[in-house]
Amino acid sequence: MTLSAWSRWSLRVVMALGLLFIYVPLLLVLVNSFNGDRTFGWPPHDFTTRWWTAAWNNGGARDALWTSVKAGLGATAIALVLGTMVAFAVQRFKFFGRDTVSLLIVLPIALPGIVTGIALDSAWRSVIAPLGLGKGLFSVIVGHATFCVVTVYNNVLARLRRSGVSLEEASADLGASPGQTFRYITFPTLRSALLAGGLLAFALSFDEIIVTTFTAGPGIQTLPIWIFNNLFRPNQAPVVNVVAAVLIVLSVLPVWLAQRLAGPEAGASRT
Amino acid sequence: MAFLHRHPRLRLAALLSAPMLWLGLAYLGALAVLLVSAFWTVNGFTGEVVREFTLANFRTIVTEEVYRNVTLRSLGVAVAVTVICVVLALPMAFYMAKVARPRARHWLVIAILTPLWASYLVKAYAWRVLLANDGPIDSLFGGPGYGLFATIIVLSYLWLPYMILPIYAGLERLPDSLLEASADLGARAGRTFRGVVLPILVPSIFAGSIFTFSLSLGDYITVQIVGGKTQLLGNLVYANVGAANNLPFAAAIATIPVIIMVVYLAAVRRSGALEEL
Repeated sequence: MTLSAWSRWSLRVVMALGLLFIYVPLLLVLVNSFNGDRTFGWPPHDFTTRWWTAAWNNGGARDALWTSVKAGLGATAIALVLGTMVAFAVQRFKFFGRDTVSLLIVLPIALPGIVTGIALDSAWRSVIAPLGLGKGLFSVIVGHATFCVVTVYNNVLARLRRSGVSLEEASADLGASPGQTFRYITFPTLRSALLAGGLLAFALSFDEIIVTTFTAGPGIQTLPIWIFNNLFRPNQAPVVNVVAAVLIVLSVLPVWLAQRLAGPEAGASRT
Repeated sequence: MAFLHRHPRLRLAALLSAPMLWLGLAYLGALAVLLVSAFWTVNGFTGEVVREFTLANFRTIVTEEVYRNVTLRSLGVAVAVTVICVVLALPMAFYMAKVARPRARHWLVIAILTPLWASYLVKAYAWRVLLANDGPIDSLFGGPGYGLFATIIVLSYLWLPYMILPIYAGLERLPDSLLEASADLGARAGRTFRGVVLPILVPSIFAGSIFTFSLSLGDYITVQIVGGKTQLLGNLVYANVGAANNLPFAAAIATIPVIIMVVYLAAVRRSGALEEL
């Protein structure tokens, strides 16, 4: 579009302000993790690394990190299997209710988290707990997997759409068994999409708090829950801030990796 | 394997069974039970759930002023957040898709996507520090502190990328030739924007608003972190599940955002917004 120089500049200014709006709060957390003042007086007067040492030696934060990693890995594994299966079904077959299936995949992430949370919680309490399996880490994994399926599904579906079936047909025509075709053709085409979807699923699980609150058994603390529980304790503030800073730095990784693996559309699958 | 190969329907069933058992049966089932339990009550003395159909919960919600106020406040917050996000996202997405050079465009998309993956809680926490007494914003502007206004700002901050991305995707599909044609026919930038760009973007804007709306309606964490004493629907649900131990009433309150979302989804469906998700 032919824009006047003035509108070009004002758009540029809005873009810059928007990016500032997005990044200033995150940068502030990073700066504050070195702020010598316990209450984060602003502007900071002296800088220190002692909060980082304190956070490193904080047993609660470490345990919570480990719980988060386990929950994320479990949920990602389940999401990879389920998401890939549905993506194949939706992309390679025509069947009654196909649109409903894709709506169903999006639903856990489209409904307010608190609704999914209490639904899973009451279902667990009334159906699974009587069978002798109380809430614990496993129920967290189940809850997370429910809304992680969508990231794998989106990535695999996009890849299947782009790659088509001609290579697989050629492989079958040349006499490969279905197993060989899967091993040599289908899986290699999907590999990077699976990796991207899996990374994003892990990131989604790693950061989740609402569903976790309702599905976690007693004593199970993921990192977001740990942060939330310590958020309102003034003497824990510097350590919480360091953990927050670490999470910000870590969050760059999955996006960067997913982008490199599956192209720019990969990260968008969260929406 | 070969047997499955010859029977595509069986293959489809094998692919769909596990995911559908999980999402179709377990998850939808759980949602259904939640909906049904909204019509149950809790025995005031024993704390046991009484499984008899009654409209008592909904009667309380409709007649008591607290619940009406909280519902209206939550709706107001969701609308305000959505409007703020649209107003910010439109020029940003337009710059990204139509003004920036292709190389810069790639980096801008990454710059918008990356904070989406930074922890939700960390972002809310960042604003708690920003808005604190004697914090950076307070020492610059002398306010606004924690409260309803802070909640709206922080929720807009959290969901802004969810609005930018679908609008950007919509603009990317809009051919430049349309904009040129409009200019050739004598329309100025503003006219082109209103007459050509905006109508094409309607489904994208609705798609983004589904997220900003739904996420704002269900939120209770941000409100606790920066909202001061503000109460939204999510807080009421949370309080009734936890402290009050009244799951049926919590379920009844939780149906409010679900009903609002279903009505909203049905309303924007015809614009084609669901395909943009």
